[in-house]
Amino acid sequence: MNRLLSFLFHQGVLDEQFLQLQQLQDETSPNFVSEVVNIYFHQSEKLLRNLRSLLMERELMDYKKMGIDLNQLMGSSSSIGAKRVTNVCVAFRVATEQNNRAGCFRALEMLEHEYCYLKNKLHELFQIEQQRALAAGVRYPVQNE
Amino acid sequence: MGMAAESQFHVLAVDDSIIDRKLIERLLKTSSYQVTTVDSGSKALEFLGLCENDQNHHTSTNIPSVFPNNHQDVEVNLVITDYCMPGMTGYDLLKKIKESSSLRNIPVVIMSSENVPSRINRCLEEGAEEFFLKPVRLSDLSRLKPHMKKNKVKDPRNETEEKIENSEILLQQEAPKSQYSHSESESQSQLQAHSTIDQQQQPLQQNNNNNKRKSMEQQGLSSETDRTRQRYSGIATVV
Repeated sequence: MNRLLSFLFHQGVLDEQFLQLQQLQDETSPNFVSEVVNIYFHQSEKLLRNLRSLLMERELMDYKKMGIDLNQLMGSSSSIGAKRVTNVCVAFRVATEQNNRAGCFRALEMLEHEYCYLKNKLHELFQIEQQRALAAGVRYPVQNE
Repeated sequence: MGMAAESQFHVLAVDDSIIDRKLIERLLKTSSYQVTTVDSGSKALEFLGLCENDQNHHTSTNIPSVFPNNHQDVEVNLVITDYCMPGMTGYDLLKKIKESSSLRNIPVVIMSSENVPSRINRCLEEGAEEFFLKPVRLSDLSRLKPHMKKNKVKDPRNETEEKIENSEILLQQEAPKSQYSHSESESQSQLQAHSTIDQQQQPLQQNNNNNKRKSMEQQGLSSETDRTRQRYSGIATVV
């Protein structure tokens, strides 16, 4: 395990589910982790945009719809081992169940922050792995976006 | 692949989340199962309808694009489904399968990200074989094997009811002409009645079961780990 990865574990950014993803990657499915993570990024950004626009509603906030989006985000974050993001989703969900508007705002801010951090770190991780692979003489396709 | 002696168990995985579908597919393939994934309960039933198809309507059903042609053996040895899905939930799907005379012998496993004992009990009571907490791990999949074997091997100790249903199959055993394969279409394979599919499958599986069981054991099955651990540790963060 490289230093960045163990750092991320130590910080609770990632949990053992991420390791499970890595274990599922092999010669028959050499880009499995980056494929899954890229789908996750794409999906999560859409959900985060939805959540922000739902929160921007001046009048009646649709807490139920927020809850649905949150469940999706929570599920997929948990599935890739994004522990801190998952935990913030849990807190966010509690706020929606309490119709706590201010709490929802705070949770969304935290969620966006955690998500950005996760995305940056995972990109870094993939870069490190790519460099290693290149050094080892193996060619991996470059994953963009 | 495609060799008669190595025909694999076929699992139908149902989940509305694309990430979870990718995950479960990879988990199942890594465990040497053939996999079909669908994103809803209704699509699952549609797909299962192909398996219990009788000779009367093998041309008119809407075939998913997974299959290159209409006339192919389709058999599902286990259904694994997410609980929370829009429209038909995993529980609804379970019920429908268990209520169907042609499908109810197919073992069903439920997955859920939430650890709700009443939900778990309800599913088990309705006939689910197992309940997995998400995210599902490789070690969880070792619990699938015994359920699939139960379905394939015509055990004389089975209840009378099953025996009667299966007697047709037991009497009609013949050497398989073509090799059963899920992923490659065999020109000879016809989309046949469920019982005919079984009759081809059954002799193939007998030899294979012991080998598979051995290899599964060698993989170091985890003991029946109780996966009732909380997904989200402790108290949620207060914002």
